[in-house]
Amino acid sequence: MTMEMLKIENLHASVAGKEILKGIDLSVNAGEIHAIMGPNGSGKSTLSNVLSGHPGYTVTEGKATFKGKDLLSLPAEHRSHEGLFMSFQYPVEIPGVSMTNFMRTAINEKRRYLGLEPISPTDFLKLIKQKRDLVKLDAKFMNRSVNEGFSGGEKKRNEIFQMAMLEPSLSILDETDSGLDIDALRIVAEGVNSLKSPETSAIVITHYQRLLDYIKPDIVHVLYAGRIIRTAGPELALELEERGYDWLIREFEESEKA
Amino acid sequence: MARETYSELFNANRGLIDRGAAPVLNDMRDHAAAMFLRHGFPDRRVEEYLHTDVADWFSTDWGMNLARVQIPVDTAEAFRCNVPNLTTQTHFLACDRYVHREGGQQLPDGVICGSLSDISRSNPELVSSCLGTLADMDRPGIAALNTMFVQDGFMIYVPDNTVVEKPVQLVSLMQSPVQMLAVRRILVVLGKGAGLRLLLCDHSAASVPCMSASVVECSVGQGAGLELYDLEETSLSNTRVTEYFVSQQRDSRVHADIVTLTNGRTRNTFHSVFKGPGAELELNGIAIMDGAQHVDNYTFVDHQSSDCSSRELFKYVLDGESTGSFAGKVLVRPHAQHTASVQTNRNICMTGTARMFTQPQLEIYADDVKCSHGATVGQLDEKALFYMQQRGIGLAEARMLLMLAFMSDVLDRISLDPLRSRLTALVELRLRHGQAHCDGCNICK
Repeated sequence: MTMEMLKIENLHASVAGKEILKGIDLSVNAGEIHAIMGPNGSGKSTLSNVLSGHPGYTVTEGKATFKGKDLLSLPAEHRSHEGLFMSFQYPVEIPGVSMTNFMRTAINEKRRYLGLEPISPTDFLKLIKQKRDLVKLDAKFMNRSVNEGFSGGEKKRNEIFQMAMLEPSLSILDETDSGLDIDALRIVAEGVNSLKSPETSAIVITHYQRLLDYIKPDIVHVLYAGRIIRTAGPELALELEERGYDWLIREFEESEKA
Repeated sequence: MARETYSELFNANRGLIDRGAAPVLNDMRDHAAAMFLRHGFPDRRVEEYLHTDVADWFSTDWGMNLARVQIPVDTAEAFRCNVPNLTTQTHFLACDRYVHREGGQQLPDGVICGSLSDISRSNPELVSSCLGTLADMDRPGIAALNTMFVQDGFMIYVPDNTVVEKPVQLVSLMQSPVQMLAVRRILVVLGKGAGLRLLLCDHSAASVPCMSASVVECSVGQGAGLELYDLEETSLSNTRVTEYFVSQQRDSRVHADIVTLTNGRTRNTFHSVFKGPGAELELNGIAIMDGAQHVDNYTFVDHQSSDCSSRELFKYVLDGESTGSFAGKVLVRPHAQHTASVQTNRNICMTGTARMFTQPQLEIYADDVKCSHGATVGQLDEKALFYMQQRGIGLAEARMLLMLAFMSDVLDRISLDPLRSRLTALVELRLRHGQAHCDGCNICK
């Protein structure tokens, strides 16, 4: 029997009093990769922010269950401890906090939550080495402040590095392809693919088909005006690449009228 | 009001004060009393004291231990105030009295160090040639009051071309069963090419409100190097007014750090003057506050000579309803060409009720100089906080990391390695638990 990783039911959310998500239903099973596509302003980033617990977003209706737990009642850090990871569209620079210190703190906070001892320094170094290799992130980055002075590509690779370090069961990649050249895109995608397993899932949020050439989705959703207006197999992404979103939006609006 | 009270106190007890002190100190009192009558205590009408009413602080009916009653102090316990991996020559002031301890000191030949009162008796010429030469009493401040009432304190004299390798630590402990004002004087004299690292630890074990009024004079000779670390970890009921007067001869270097981790009300005034070319000053400060704590640092750097550099960095973290103030004046006089001066003050207000006042002042009368200043007051970066939370770092821990990161550049400037790691740990402890207490030190427990 397939395990249900994430179940979103009739999710409504607003930011600064404006409703952005207007009833999302989505179900992700373990081992699946879902792509969420859609035109600008459709609510893609809002969905990832709401799921990861950004304090600026208010859920007004609906629920989200993550591995059987009520996701929306958990603070952001506990969602992370439970295995939810969001790769930021714009990773934040944190001057004065070294990557090493940041990662050690993150891993130990998670271990504490799970009732485990802090990671030993040797295990930690081994883990860092192993995961760095995965995304080809140079050792020198570990002593630098988090994302400070990193190029766009380095920031995204750093996101996947952190994802690898934290070993999440559900990863949300929010526009991970934006600002990436083709080589960086391939490295990032390879990193994501190598972390794929029957027990883990991913939601890839993207505007373009490009990333989906490298990360093959099982299911593709189209988000528009705060709702999922179409769900289909990977062929939908190719069709969107060819025809754009307009035809889909027109069909949706006509069915709304009817 | 306070002016009349302290003048009367002085006149009524002049005999008592003189009896408890050395003639060198007594000889300075008449002039000091005249200066005190002229200026009194500074209040908010004086621009440099806009955010700290020192006159009001003195209006409390503090007692003064003019009769030199020996208040019992447990020095053995207090002396455990140590910095791991840092061996120091430790000296001790109980309130305003130098406490003699067993055991000899290992200092290079010619270095004179210990009780200001004792040295004033054993080496009166040396003391009278230095003491009071830097502390300007003819201006608003506490130098006049300090000179009127001072009976003891600490002195270190390092002769020409002598370097004291082992850092010298002076622990000042406020320990009194009754409300008390402790008047302390510290004199630091470095000859040509001399070197000294001095660590001043200001503690309180008093169960009642107490106040210290300290004047620190540092005369730094040609080519000499002084590292000065002032660490306040007193108590919420402590009031501290400290005034520094530093004079630097040509090619000398001074590094000073003023750190306030635990306090009640504090005003630090730092006057510094370049008397010869090629000298350098690095002046840093840290203040971490919450509750109703108040910290006011005022710095005045007087570039009187050419080719000198001054670099200032003060950082505050304010929580609760605390108030902080930083005002820094840099004066570049007409002949001080090739002056390089940077002054930076950065602050974080954690709450909407904390208040920070910052006022950089740059007065330049020379045309070939490089001077800059900057001041900011802000909050912790919310985006960074959420980013860290998403990676599993709880809000409290995330805030801590950001605050520590904020302080890291000031801490990184401390060149004495064991002290830097100690201070980093203390700052972290302070940010984590709200109260700093160095666990190596029994006073703070």
